[in-house]
Amino acid sequence: MTGIFLRRLGSFVLTLLIASLLIFACMDLLPGNAAAILLGTAARPDTIAALEQQLGLDQPAYIRYLSWVAGAFTGDLGNSASYGVPVAGLIAERLAVTLPLAALALLLAVALGTPMGVWAAARWRKAPDRIASGFSQIGIAIPDFWFGLLLILTFSTGLQWFSAGGFPGWQEPASGLKALVLPAVALALPQAAILTRVTRSAVLDVASEDFIRTAQAKGLTESRILWRHAVRNALVPIITIIGLQFSFLIAGAVLVENVFNLPGIGRLAYQALSQRDLVVIRNVAMFFAGLVIVVNFLVDLSYLWLDPRLRARR
Amino acid sequence: MRDRRTAMKSAVAVLALVAGLGTASAKDTLTLGLPIEPTGLDPTISAPVAIREVTWGNIYEGLTTIDKDGKVQPLLATQWTVSDDGLVYTFKLREGVKFHNGTEFDASIVKFSLDRARADDSTNAQKQFFEPIESIETPDPLTVVIALKAPTGLFAYHLAWGDAVMVDPKTVETNKTEPVGTGPFRFKSWQRGDRVEVVRNDDYWDAGVPKLAAVTFRFIGDAQAQAAALRAGDVDAIPNFTAPELFGEFENDDRFTTIVGNTPRKLVAGFNNSKAPFDDIRVRQALMSAIDRQTVIDGAYSGYGIAIGSHYAPTDSGYVDLTNALPYDPEKAAALLSEAGAENLSLTIKCPQMTYTMRACEVMQAMVAEVGVTMNIEASEFPAKWIDEVFIKHDFDMSIVDHAEPMDIDIYARPGYYFEYNNPAFNEIIAKATVNSNEAERDALYGEAQKILASEVPALYLFDLPRLNIWASKIQGLWENEPISQVYVRDAYWAD
Repeated sequence: MTGIFLRRLGSFVLTLLIASLLIFACMDLLPGNAAAILLGTAARPDTIAALEQQLGLDQPAYIRYLSWVAGAFTGDLGNSASYGVPVAGLIAERLAVTLPLAALALLLAVALGTPMGVWAAARWRKAPDRIASGFSQIGIAIPDFWFGLLLILTFSTGLQWFSAGGFPGWQEPASGLKALVLPAVALALPQAAILTRVTRSAVLDVASEDFIRTAQAKGLTESRILWRHAVRNALVPIITIIGLQFSFLIAGAVLVENVFNLPGIGRLAYQALSQRDLVVIRNVAMFFAGLVIVVNFLVDLSYLWLDPRLRARR
Repeated sequence: MRDRRTAMKSAVAVLALVAGLGTASAKDTLTLGLPIEPTGLDPTISAPVAIREVTWGNIYEGLTTIDKDGKVQPLLATQWTVSDDGLVYTFKLREGVKFHNGTEFDASIVKFSLDRARADDSTNAQKQFFEPIESIETPDPLTVVIALKAPTGLFAYHLAWGDAVMVDPKTVETNKTEPVGTGPFRFKSWQRGDRVEVVRNDDYWDAGVPKLAAVTFRFIGDAQAQAAALRAGDVDAIPNFTAPELFGEFENDDRFTTIVGNTPRKLVAGFNNSKAPFDDIRVRQALMSAIDRQTVIDGAYSGYGIAIGSHYAPTDSGYVDLTNALPYDPEKAAALLSEAGAENLSLTIKCPQMTYTMRACEVMQAMVAEVGVTMNIEASEFPAKWIDEVFIKHDFDMSIVDHAEPMDIDIYARPGYYFEYNNPAFNEIIAKATVNSNEAERDALYGEAQKILASEVPALYLFDLPRLNIWASKIQGLWENEPISQVYVRDAYWAD
């Protein structure tokens, strides 16, 4: 177990280093710089130069790269050029919206998608199966941001149960949570549809295995076969998808964040990109890279827990 | 079955309860929706309009201010005199003014603020406004004497801009995140990505002002989200609604007041005047004659907007309507092109991604095609890529952007400005206007400058962007027009 862990840690650091170089290089190639953008269309060249110097943009690229990496090790990620505050704090503020949103959406997706997939597989080619596949067709076809617009039309401008967007902060947890309900539903629908499909086919795959026939021959009840044997063995692909979905929900929610005007991390990255606030973009990009690696690692660990055969092999 | 029904009922009840939270609103607070979030809250160190919308006149104040009609008025200076040669300005300061942190406002503050703006390492976006200053003296705490290197007609006007507001030396490092000014509202909080909240400054120098206890600026970029926020009652007003195609729906809704106001934002398609064939005046005039401005307004901004014939907003002092200098005349356009030997002209316009600029480019593309010109549209990400390629490197044939600063016709006389327009006669008129302190004479000079641009068309002058105001019908005291970028809430209140 420790061996796996150390090996993983090594590749984690190496991947992050490579990612940091790639991210830094790509961002540096973008045309435009933060100083010229902040000073607008009336600024004179000497004013822009003064701001470039203040922001450290006049330094050679390798020095900026090294000071970023060195700063990261001491916990200082630098200041945002446009907001003028430490990036670490900005990212933390945005995660306070994005993490609960992603968790809520994933919870909804799992609560809806997995039972429906199991149900469809258990009643293969019967009405429940058709209902579930109909649902997943529609769910995958509907873009989440468009579904979000429908939710706003119905529940915000129509029924006026929810506000049409924005985030009031966590000072009052109830109103913070309330602001995340509609966007979480919008994000969850397509993910639930994907999960339904994956769960159904994973359970069906397992259902044709020999050990299921053995279980049936032993005279076990239908539901015991389904839950103890079929579903348990189908969990590996399902968990894999859930892991991917969690990363997606954190990094890929920008359109839904836009529709609901939520100050999430996706919108932070988007705004920073349009302002060429490179300090913010690179750190957000690194955060995403690190997140994907960590989630993948957790998913791998869960395989070991789910499947004793993998444990024996290591 | 019964259990399930009960569960359903209680679920609905919980939902309704949660939904009911936080909907009550007292009538002395106002929530405004703005399209763009500011980057920092200090207008003296960076240019974005969004910074001024939140802070100008609300949090910070200058020596002078601009009224609804675009005229200069006293603010922290109660009066000023100008010497006969136009070189010495003597300002009398208002007594008893305090910053939000308790610092007294006096002559030393004025000296500090203006010296900071003109310093070598200043990052003031309008540093040229402070360039004419020769020296600043403070004979007593309520008097400031500013000597200029040369007479500067618009000096008092420029002191009213957000770039020239008064700042406390103790807070200049933190104003970007926690602004401290002398204004009617003090900064309360900034939930980045969502809102800035300000509250009434109870020690404000003008007793009884402001009427509102608190104002929240919410930042909603998406036009559909802006409309939804208005309809859901999340915001009370959007002073600068960005979806003209949805504006009509609000015009017919009696919960809202809708007003089409003016702005100094001139939509202008600039040429690279040093590059062939755009260095040929006939080619530029041909392209201007090929454009029907009203069609551009209809296509790009649903018909809202005022056609302009020069680089001058109808709200600015000295405006002359020159839309008839080169009116829509495709035959003349074709004739001019063949005279210039540019019949099969093909050009590329670098077009920012904003909806209205893209639409304007498409309409122009169709109209110039009628006279045989091929206009290729190349999307250019604004501001980043546009500033880099067009504004700094001058790598373009044509471009289109709205110039938001009022009274900025002098940019055509600036060496190295992106139009690459160099006309000594024009420069001379601008130089004369700059040093003239007599308003009528100055207006006449700016009128001449406008006429030169209208006939030489270093850029295609399209239209003045409107300010589409949507307010809850009981709100009073907001400004309809935008003589300068503002969302000025000092005088706003709710009528009963």
